[in-house]
Amino acid sequence: MTEDFVLRALAGGIGAALAAGPVGCFIIWRRMAYFGTALAHAVLLGIALGFLLELEPFVGVFAMCFILAGCLILLERQRLVSLDALLGVLAHAVFAAGLVVISFMERLRVDLVGYLFGDILSVGAVDLWLIYATAAASIAALVWQWRNLLSVTVNRDLAAVEGVPVERVRFLLLLMLAGVIAVGMKIVGMLLVVALVIIPAAAARRVSATPEQMAVASAVIGIVAVIAGLFGSLEWDVPAGPAIVLVASVAFAASLLIPNRGRQGRED
Amino acid sequence: MPGDVSRVQPLIEARGVSVNFGRRNVLDNVDIAVHAGEIVTLVGLNGAGKSTLIRVLFGIVRPDLGTVVRTPGLRIGYSPQHVHRDPILPMTVRGFLTLGAPASRDSLENVLAEVGAGAILNHPLSEVSGGELHRVLLARALLREPGLLVLDEPLAGVDVASQGELYQLIADIRDRYGCGVLLVSHDLHMVMAATDTVVCLNRHVCCTGHPRTVTRHPEFVSLFGPHVANAIAVYPHRHDHRHDERGEPVPIDDGSPKRPDTSGKRR
Repeated sequence: MTEDFVLRALAGGIGAALAAGPVGCFIIWRRMAYFGTALAHAVLLGIALGFLLELEPFVGVFAMCFILAGCLILLERQRLVSLDALLGVLAHAVFAAGLVVISFMERLRVDLVGYLFGDILSVGAVDLWLIYATAAASIAALVWQWRNLLSVTVNRDLAAVEGVPVERVRFLLLLMLAGVIAVGMKIVGMLLVVALVIIPAAAARRVSATPEQMAVASAVIGIVAVIAGLFGSLEWDVPAGPAIVLVASVAFAASLLIPNRGRQGRED
Repeated sequence: MPGDVSRVQPLIEARGVSVNFGRRNVLDNVDIAVHAGEIVTLVGLNGAGKSTLIRVLFGIVRPDLGTVVRTPGLRIGYSPQHVHRDPILPMTVRGFLTLGAPASRDSLENVLAEVGAGAILNHPLSEVSGGELHRVLLARALLREPGLLVLDEPLAGVDVASQGELYQLIADIRDRYGCGVLLVSHDLHMVMAATDTVVCLNRHVCCTGHPRTVTRHPEFVSLFGPHVANAIAVYPHRHDHRHDERGEPVPIDDGSPKRPDTSGKRR
């Protein structure tokens, strides 16, 4: 017996994992995991923004993540405090602001738990459309700008000297990260969305010898985690979001037992 | 090579460049030029503004004052001091070399042989040694067939014997392609012997000149061998000023400010 809502949940989860894995590779290569975590804290404020402007929550979250990313980058350039402190302050400030603003919205019947921990079983047709549009746009952008993205990751100045539009490429990566957070929060929730981004990518490292293989492997591992986590949650009646993240984490732990494929080639 | 280059149009030239980051003055009225076939060594301690100056030359940092003039169509090959080669990024030497532009296996093998790096195309970038990495970076710069090579600390983490080899390699590349070379080094006194011009930077240009092709001292030669002794030269600085503890230029004799004080811009 496979109900419609299970199929929609499965399709939504797979779509989100498809985009999250490859984007997540760049997040861990560029050591932006905590940057992503900070952005995810803007989710509640984004939902409030979406409600005020009568837009889809997705649009509000996407915009708010992007605004926060812009603020973080501008503030970091001032060098008033370390990036670490800045991320810690801003993340919790926007999270607190989101909680306060939502408490004012009496008409907004907000399922807070759903936003914090995800509500994959409530994925609807509009959600599916948004998830697959985001996944398609992210993957298209990754393929189109792959070499430039990698070049900027390895050395920003070298990329600039070789004619890569560095600032535009970094902007694109932020857009993709904001998009992935906005769709991922529906699946695993605000508190775990960064896990969906970085854990499959980290688990993919040991089975990959090139960046391209790692991007593909991270998407595959994310999809497997969604499928296994979702059915595990139905079977044992546990929350789906944490179950998905737990499966991905087990995959990561298992990957550490695999010898590093990066080392082959040393003997040739 | 040295001597008459000043009359020819330089490949790239910065004139009167000043850069401030916030209230901090990083570069103050700096002039530097590199001509085709010329090797310029930019020396200075950490924080002297070397990296900012090359970023100004690249057009990444816009100077607050002054101009940068480039020969139209100038192609720059850049070998940065550091690249991100964390093992979390599974990149081979081949993947790194083809990041700038695709290249055939033959041309990649040729350029690696040219820089003396050997058959490491399929090795992970995160596992090549420091000396190999400098050669790989040089290879990536050469793949662009550059008119100007900019090498940032190409000898960092390389032992003295290999330093001589790398210097010889850079001089050979200059001779073979006739490109200009801008070499950045934090070593104030030992510079590449083939250097035509040394520019000593400490926010402003402290002095410029030719290295003394000495190091003929028998003890130096016996210690490092003739290869190293031929490749490395001592640069005698001729400063008419020194820097106080805040980095401000002061005359060597009495300690009063030599030039109109620019410290108002500083904290």
